[in-house]
Amino acid sequence: MGMTIGEKILAKASGKDVVKPGDIITAKVDLCMSNDGTTHLNIDIFEKQLKAEKVFDPEKVVFVIDHNVPSESAKTAEVHKKMRLFSQKHSIPFYEGAGVCHQIMIEDYVVPGQLIIAADSHTCSYGGLGAFGTGVGCTDFTSVMHTGEIWLMVPETLKFVMKGHFNHGVYARDLILKIIGDIGANGATYKIMEFGGSAVKNLTIDDRVVLCNMAVEAGAKSGLIEADEATVAYVTSKGRRKMQLFTSDEDASYEQIYQYNLAEVEPMVAIPHCVDDVVPVTEIGEVKIDQGFIGSCNNGRIEELRVAAQILKGNKVAPYVKLLISPASKEVYLQALEEGLMDVFIESGAMVLNANCSVCWGSCQGVIGEDETLISTGTRNFKGRAGHPNSSVYLASAATVAASAITGKITDPRGVIG
Amino acid sequence: MRNNFSGKVWKLGDDIDTDIIIPTQFLALESVEAMKKYAFHPLRPELAGFIEPGDIIVAGKNFGCGSSREQAPEILAALNVSCVIAKSYARIFYRNAFNNGLLLLENNALYDCCEEGDQLAVNLENSQVLLGEKKFEVASIAEDLLQMVEAGGLVPFMKKLNGK
Repeated sequence: MGMTIGEKILAKASGKDVVKPGDIITAKVDLCMSNDGTTHLNIDIFEKQLKAEKVFDPEKVVFVIDHNVPSESAKTAEVHKKMRLFSQKHSIPFYEGAGVCHQIMIEDYVVPGQLIIAADSHTCSYGGLGAFGTGVGCTDFTSVMHTGEIWLMVPETLKFVMKGHFNHGVYARDLILKIIGDIGANGATYKIMEFGGSAVKNLTIDDRVVLCNMAVEAGAKSGLIEADEATVAYVTSKGRRKMQLFTSDEDASYEQIYQYNLAEVEPMVAIPHCVDDVVPVTEIGEVKIDQGFIGSCNNGRIEELRVAAQILKGNKVAPYVKLLISPASKEVYLQALEEGLMDVFIESGAMVLNANCSVCWGSCQGVIGEDETLISTGTRNFKGRAGHPNSSVYLASAATVAASAITGKITDPRGVIG
Repeated sequence: MRNNFSGKVWKLGDDIDTDIIIPTQFLALESVEAMKKYAFHPLRPELAGFIEPGDIIVAGKNFGCGSSREQAPEILAALNVSCVIAKSYARIFYRNAFNNGLLLLENNALYDCCEEGDQLAVNLENSQVLLGEKKFEVASIAEDLLQMVEAGGLVPFMKKLNGK
């Protein structure tokens, strides 16, 4: 019996020739990463409880301050200080205000074939480059940071076979929302979502990350896409050459196979308060918004900013509506500046924020009040996620958010985009 | 681990995410003790005040979905909830719960049969949950995982094993 990409990566990481779903393995981790959402807890466990002295490999542990940047309270500032001091003491890579952790990892660290563990649920993003990423809590993370190893169960794999091209005004974001709507918020619990098929070659690296990033919103352990020439070109353009490309065997076993024709996907919206409550934008009716947000590890990359700028150019954000834009990283920010996108945003009345998790994290920037409505390119629309418990979050593509910001109500971008 | 215990039911729905269990704005509080009164705040702000040690949370599918924040199982353990019995769990939460000494049991049928305020009796030796005369099967849990829960989670368990 053949193996899937995920099984092959886990076999390699555990020093085995073959693994199968249900096997419990002890795997060596290629990289681990933690952010200011929970790192202060890791540090407490590491220093006070384990009384550990060294991280397993200072080159393979990355700390990123991205959740509350810049700090909004004295308590947060303490958390950040703790991370800075720990990073200095252990000589580990440290980023502050340079962007969302997953985008930094993709730009600076990830290569195909790696096993990456991070203390953040959206670690599955790295499957966009053919690496196995999965999120853990701070206890598991602390153990990984100390030993470089983790026990994992080998999951079943679900395959999503994609063909065709997206229509104008439709994006990878719409596809992943549709898929989660179809299979449900627990449709892939504990499993790998492998995206394949003839359409992969038409998807950019950004698109692939968008798909894998939200795998966890269907409960998945990881999202994965076979690395190809485009992946290798991206990774080598960043100066990284050592990598291992895995492909799924033809006789690999999948728990289920789903088929998607990209040409049939429409702009989609997840309605409050669950990511799997998804409808086409054409069926949403009249929904007035108070705020729009474009950013996050799901949808704050240069391609999304270009689409947003295309829609916003020459237009104004509607009266009494706010549009907040946070590029996913410093690199994305600089690229957007160079291309003149920031001029378009600012001219339109949008507020451009520093690169960070921002509105998607719901505590430091753009928090919304009672009975307010946000349309967001973020990852979650849980009750209270963006602020007041009685507020509403809709999830959509950057195009839909930009179009909605102009009209002040949730709007199909296909009628607006040039 | 105490193999037999009983507790009063608090009933929650499907897809109880970790933002509901402990919202982002309370994560910077200095301790789990300070956070625990905000458990389930967006959904039922008063609930944490009513939960008594030994109570049992019964929930639908996909309990603990969303963020990997470990404070979610930590505050339920701090409220001394004796266990959660849900139709299913999100995977990151599942690991985090055992790592923090919170027992999770799975059963599909119980949810629709019990009401808030009911008394449940849990018998881990027989892998059963009793609601009056009605019996519900739960999967058996490995002995060392139960010992880890009893020790209060992975770190205290490792310390105990290391004799520290």
